[in-house]
Amino acid sequence: MARAVTPRRKALFTMIAWAIGLVIFFPILWTILTSFKTEAQAISDPPVFLFFDWTLENYSVVQERSNYMRFLWNSVIIAGGSTLLGVMIAVPAAWSMAFVPSTRTKDILLWMLSTKMLPAVGVLYPIYLIFIELGLLDTRTGLVIVLMLINLPIIVWMLYTYFKEIPGEILEAARMDGATLKEEILYVLTPMAIPGIASTVLLNFILAWNEAFWTLNLTAAKAAPLTAFIASYSSPEGLFYAKLSAASTMAIAPILILGWFSQKQLVRGLTFGAVK
Amino acid sequence: MGKIELKQVTKSFGDVQVIPPLDLTIEDGEFTVFVGPSGCGKSTLLRLIAGLEDITSGHIEIDGKDATNLVPAKRGLAMVFQSYALYPHMSVRKNIAFPLKMAKMDQAAIKKRVEGAAQVLNLTDYLDRRPGQLSGGQRQRVAIGRAIVREPSAFLFDEPLSNLDAALRVGMRMEISELHKKLDTTMVYVTHDQVEAMTMADKIVVLQAGVIEQVGSPLELYRAPRNIFVAGFIGSPKMNLISGAEAASHDAHTIGIRPEHIDVVESDGQWQGTVGVSEHLGSDTFFHIHNTGLADTLTVRAIGDVNLRHGDTIHLKPRTAEFHRFDAQGLRIA
Repeated sequence: MARAVTPRRKALFTMIAWAIGLVIFFPILWTILTSFKTEAQAISDPPVFLFFDWTLENYSVVQERSNYMRFLWNSVIIAGGSTLLGVMIAVPAAWSMAFVPSTRTKDILLWMLSTKMLPAVGVLYPIYLIFIELGLLDTRTGLVIVLMLINLPIIVWMLYTYFKEIPGEILEAARMDGATLKEEILYVLTPMAIPGIASTVLLNFILAWNEAFWTLNLTAAKAAPLTAFIASYSSPEGLFYAKLSAASTMAIAPILILGWFSQKQLVRGLTFGAVK
Repeated sequence: MGKIELKQVTKSFGDVQVIPPLDLTIEDGEFTVFVGPSGCGKSTLLRLIAGLEDITSGHIEIDGKDATNLVPAKRGLAMVFQSYALYPHMSVRKNIAFPLKMAKMDQAAIKKRVEGAAQVLNLTDYLDRRPGQLSGGQRQRVAIGRAIVREPSAFLFDEPLSNLDAALRVGMRMEISELHKKLDTTMVYVTHDQVEAMTMADKIVVLQAGVIEQVGSPLELYRAPRNIFVAGFIGSPKMNLISGAEAASHDAHTIGIRPEHIDVVESDGQWQGTVGVSEHLGSDTFFHIHNTGLADTLTVRAIGDVNLRHGDTIHLKPRTAEFHRFDAQGLRIA
């Protein structure tokens, strides 16, 4: 029998969910609101919520002072490139782990995940030196590689989980039907795992987009993405909350819009295989 | 052409040898059934022939050519899986066309072959549907269609009917048998169901623990099982096995008699016992008889509906000419 949910109970749950949602969303909303205030209103006490003189001044100042498009373009290339490269490496890796596992497969998976537990700053020094040595400092190529490596364990883990859901017999059928390994992955495995791959790509694009530690430490000007763009407005001298907020809003807007339109895909992918 | 020969083939998983050295020849055009209890290695053997598992030692020859190290696709075999293993993201048409597409056949020829196969299998109306929109029987037919378009030299079936309900299974059994007559191609069929084996096979291979217990036509296996295992496995209901004094009086360690070879008589039967459970099928009645002093339970088949109740005394007359005699090792005494 299905569990009965009374309308009152349902209303209560809805209200709690909205309350939690609003608490989580509030800092973002506050940032967006602040970006439309003057610098004086931004730091006024008590703070003003909606009733202030809305202005676009901050945006035009930010636009004048720095080249937003260049940062945006760097972000797109770094987040997109690292995700794409990561998926290209992770699909065959996850294929072998899911369909031809060895006795060590589980250990390798755990070891890969354990690298995510290492504090990033612990390897900053060696990576920085390697980057200098290889001339990768402040290059998009360098960041694509580093962010790909950092997110690779997650990509492999996610794809591995999705691939495990695909019955091995279907791949064997493809093999009997004359598909080469490449064709088997391209025509059978990948299309069947599309929901999983899509959510993996989305999640990793978002993670790479928001990544600040490495992008701030390994770039200066040429390859700096939007995280550096925001950081450049948080100076210790002077209070430019409104301009900082405008820069932040501009930086998060693309990923927010992407997330909004793909939320269905994201949720579907993250719960993929949970219900048969 | 589709002659398959296994020569001293073995298979081990780690330290465990699941198939000790095995020799087997499957003739061109033959319908061969591998039958045995679960875990007897019959599916493994089929997968070795298919090339989905590597053999540990020995040789596999297909049409006289060494196929031991060939990849599955190069062996010229097609396989139908228990789970159907259809490509869920492709239409029926694309599923059936897939092996031809992999073989880089041109579009017009693919279309012609797919439509031909669909006609043979009554799938013409379903070509543009996805597998998820089909019933179990239709999916099985798509899987068979995907196998026949390749015009393989042999078909391999891995328990293809076990996911279907009983009525459908009987129907599909007939369809596969008819397909075999029509195509006249070698078929190797794995099942744990001895009824499937008996009704479909030209040749049955009975396996136990990776060892071939007997190879022969259904009736050879029925009439002259080589050992107690085959005797008990082939035939439904199972053969009665009797040891002790009764067997000794026939110069055997164990004697076997099939339920249909024991007659129910009014009196003066050679054996007697108490009726336990009776199964009335209309055409036949199966009695499970206790207290015979011969075996725990004796199964007897009576023709028609015989009116005996639980607890009644029953008189039985075995047809002694139908006794199967086995020695202490369980082997048949000629």
